Amino acid sequence: MAPNGVNGVNGTHFEEDEEIDYSDIEAKYQVQYEEGFDNIIVVDGVPVIDKSKLDKLLVKIAKEFSRKGAAIKADDITVPWDAVTGKSKGYIFIEFKNANDAAFALSSMHGYPFDARHTFQINRFTDIERYASIEEAYIEPEQEEYKSKEHLRAWLGDPQGRDQYVTYRGDDVEMHWQGKPSQCEVAFSRTNWTDLYVSWSPLGTYLATLHRQGVQLWGGASWGKQQRFAHPMVKLIDFSPNENYVVTWSHDPILVPEGAQQGPQFFSPEDEGNNIAVWDARTGNLLRTFSTIYPDGEDTKKQLQWPALKWSADDKFVARVTPGQQISVYELPSMGLQGKKSIKIEGVVDFEWCPHGDKDREEADAEAKTATNGKTGKKPKENMLAYWTPEVANQPARVTLMNFPSRTILRQKNLFNVTECRLYWQNQGDFLCVKVDRHTKTKKSIFCNLEIFRVREKDFPVEVVELKDAVTDFSWEPKGERFALISSSDPNLGNPGPGITIKTDVSFYQLVRGKGDFKLLRTLSSRTSNTVRWSPRGRHVVLATIGSSSKSELEFWDLDFTSDDVGRREGPSKDEWGSGIQHLGTADHYAVTDAEWDPSGRYLATSASAWRHTLENGYAIWDFRGQELEKHILDRFKQFLWRPRPRSLLTKEQQRQIRRNLKEYSRAFDEEDAAEESNISAELIAQRKRLVDEWNAWRTTVQEEVVEERRRRGMKIDVDEEEESKEEIELWIDEVIEQTEEEVLE
Amino acid sequence: MRLWSVQTGKCLYRWEFPTAVKRVAFSEDDDQVVCITEQRMGHQGAVRIFSINRDDDGTNQSKEPTSMFHPVGSKATLCAFAHTPDLILMGHESGKVALFDAKTGDEVNSNERAHMDLVTDMQLSPDRSYFVTSSKDKTARLHETRTLMVMKTYSTETPLNSAAIALGKPYVLLGGGQDAMSVTTTSLRQGKFETRFWHKIFEEEVGRVKGHFGPINTSALSTLGSLLVTHLRRIVHSIAVSPKGDCFASGGEDGFVRVHHFDESYFRAKPYGDLEIAD
Repeated sequence: MAPNGVNGVNGTHFEEDEEIDYSDIEAKYQVQYEEGFDNIIVVDGVPVIDKSKLDKLLVKIAKEFSRKGAAIKADDITVPWDAVTGKSKGYIFIEFKNANDAAFALSSMHGYPFDARHTFQINRFTDIERYASIEEAYIEPEQEEYKSKEHLRAWLGDPQGRDQYVTYRGDDVEMHWQGKPSQCEVAFSRTNWTDLYVSWSPLGTYLATLHRQGVQLWGGASWGKQQRFAHPMVKLIDFSPNENYVVTWSHDPILVPEGAQQGPQFFSPEDEGNNIAVWDARTGNLLRTFSTIYPDGEDTKKQLQWPALKWSADDKFVARVTPGQQISVYELPSMGLQGKKSIKIEGVVDFEWCPHGDKDREEADAEAKTATNGKTGKKPKENMLAYWTPEVANQPARVTLMNFPSRTILRQKNLFNVTECRLYWQNQGDFLCVKVDRHTKTKKSIFCNLEIFRVREKDFPVEVVELKDAVTDFSWEPKGERFALISSSDPNLGNPGPGITIKTDVSFYQLVRGKGDFKLLRTLSSRTSNTVRWSPRGRHVVLATIGSSSKSELEFWDLDFTSDDVGRREGPSKDEWGSGIQHLGTADHYAVTDAEWDPSGRYLATSASAWRHTLENGYAIWDFRGQELEKHILDRFKQFLWRPRPRSLLTKEQQRQIRRNLKEYSRAFDEEDAAEESNISAELIAQRKRLVDEWNAWRTTVQEEVVEERRRRGMKIDVDEEEESKEEIELWIDEVIEQTEEEVLE
Repeated sequence: MRLWSVQTGKCLYRWEFPTAVKRVAFSEDDDQVVCITEQRMGHQGAVRIFSINRDDDGTNQSKEPTSMFHPVGSKATLCAFAHTPDLILMGHESGKVALFDAKTGDEVNSNERAHMDLVTDMQLSPDRSYFVTSSKDKTARLHETRTLMVMKTYSTETPLNSAAIALGKPYVLLGGGQDAMSVTTTSLRQGKFETRFWHKIFEEEVGRVKGHFGPINTSALSTLGSLLVTHLRRIVHSIAVSPKGDCFASGGEDGFVRVHHFDESYFRAKPYGDLEIAD
């Protein structure tokens, strides 16, 4: 044993002269921790003994505790005695070093069978105190007063019909209104609103903020708390399409610590080790947790697929794929496995639910109405999902359309020489495009086929568009019959490096009505664009070069330039094919990282986020023609998000009415604009005039002072003359270049 | 510090100082010149005023200054004759601008909070009644010379090295960019090496002129005199508007001096409508 505490603690050997005893100093400066009773536990069920057996009992108890990992000494135990009988009272107090040790002992020794007749019952000392002093009589809890909640869609009632967007910069989250230049203003701002980022629910009702403790939903006009989901260290969040459910993911597996809050809104011990949690957005209840499935195979590319759970368009089902094995579909709100078994599909890689179009919704509404009337309409339309399987053994690759929940296969198509497939649904669920990356026999080069399923037609006819190049991006026109794709034959494709800008071609295709095939409208060759962004209303499209250090072009195109918006459904058949495509404008936003249309299709926002780089962070807002409306360069700018809008509440008939009377409305708006403009300019002009007058008045006094000053100094005052007089000097230059004298003899 | 003849390009005289000259300026009537030397290597920063001898061919100059003083407090980097030749206007590293008595060296008036950071440039209006300063604090400001009161502020997003007052038009010209040391690590676009035109009264940016590949260092309003004094500096740096107001020159870290001539439209354009604005 070392002669002093220092050595004993460190377990190291010092030189003889360094061996100084510090224990007195340590004792003197020992930090005195706050004295509480948290470190004391009360153990019931201890055998009743008399004093003679005390030492033996204490040693035994200490041994039992220590064996479970809660080390105590016999000195830590206090035994109360009954003065009358001279025996112990059957319970003891144990004091631990700190509350944590006490809690550990409580959890490990509670209900411990000491011997055949004695079982330990352990309580915290503080708990006993608390419960002892509880009032006996039952007091009825006061009824909470009903507080009406704010309308969660208040922003839609804006008289000016503006859209909102949220920006996240530094620690500040700001909510803005976007409308005509005079109507843009900050609606709300809060510092340190979120720890990670913010996210809108798909219909714009909630704003989600992510914190260490979990997710918080906000809503209403004054941005009050709506709901929270206690998922510690949450990193990703996803909403179901109708905002009924929320999915959260954290990299850290769920841990339920001792003494954690319990209830339907919290994790229970069964959830431990999982990463994904599904919640009910309204009640905040936890529905189910899952563990993350990483795609197996190449472990080097261990990347999480997000969203990990895919929702059907009506929020009735949620499904996830176990690559290579099965698709598991869960019913809501019970979150039980539908039909008690997953859909076993060997080799399945990916799947997508078919989105519901406006037509589907109308039908569903009509269905609901007839159902309430007591009549039984036809069977409600089922959900549909599409999945693909790669070539396995001798089987070709296959794309399958399946109805759900009946699990009937609607259509299958075999594909050959497939490297990779991507499924793209048009947002109305009219078409499904399968982008098939195919390889040649030698597997050296890759080209692309588009297999387009026309889902609304009988037997699901498939149209194939063959392309020679690799397709890097594909997107459907929302509510339209057109799509845009970006293809590239650049040899640098696939090995991106700094300073390499990949040359791309952008092509537009349109459905030929009647014939049912897709024909090329136009190809824009040798671009650098790598991103296509359709306006949510269709027709307008922006081609952007994003994430490049040298190029940052934005091209604005109109695909129905020659036809009027009202009558565009008649199609361009009368005109020359593809003549309606018109370039509207080109803009440039240096180092752009994101581009997004507002939900009304009036504005495009581009932003350069500090998450990607630190060059000229900030955002810009453009109109659909590519005119810059606003540009803000803000350092530490992180995020820009438009607030989504829910579907229109107007019926088809009302919408038609508005479209018919568009001219009337636009006249009113024009008048409003004109009035406002003259108002603003008058104000501005007055303001400028005031500034100029101030300046001129100041100049006059100063000039007088200057003149005065100079006179005092005895200088000549010719300030004005000096400026006015201009001396013109005419200079004639005679230069003799050469002089020769000749004598002429006569 | 050297004295040159502009017409012949001849160096007329040469003054030697123990430390580098930071700034020189002529008085209004070209009779005097003021220079400021750096505070370095144990030498105090000094302001010296010389009288220019215009007799003979100009090579016969007095070696001794007519007045010399050491400004106290924060390092002074800029100097110029104020509205009267008795007062010297000074810009300091702390962001202070001050008026000093030319004879005694006493501080007559000062504005400690004119800028939040180093004052990089200071140029006076033709009648010396107001002046513009630029600063590392990303702003340029217009001050009244007599009271040192800030009249206008032009806020930008880069540190400014230079500011000049346009003549005949109500503009100020600002030049800047990031620190010279970080030029090579950022792209041309990022650098903001443009000369910016701001409206003198409305404090709004009206235009930009590109050209340089490095930050613009300073700008100076040249007085077209028959004599020109220069001092040797490590790098070329200057924006200047010609006294007639028909062109301007800028000097940058890239080692180029660029002379820009305003075209017709500059004089014709009235972006704010018909407003009578005094110079």
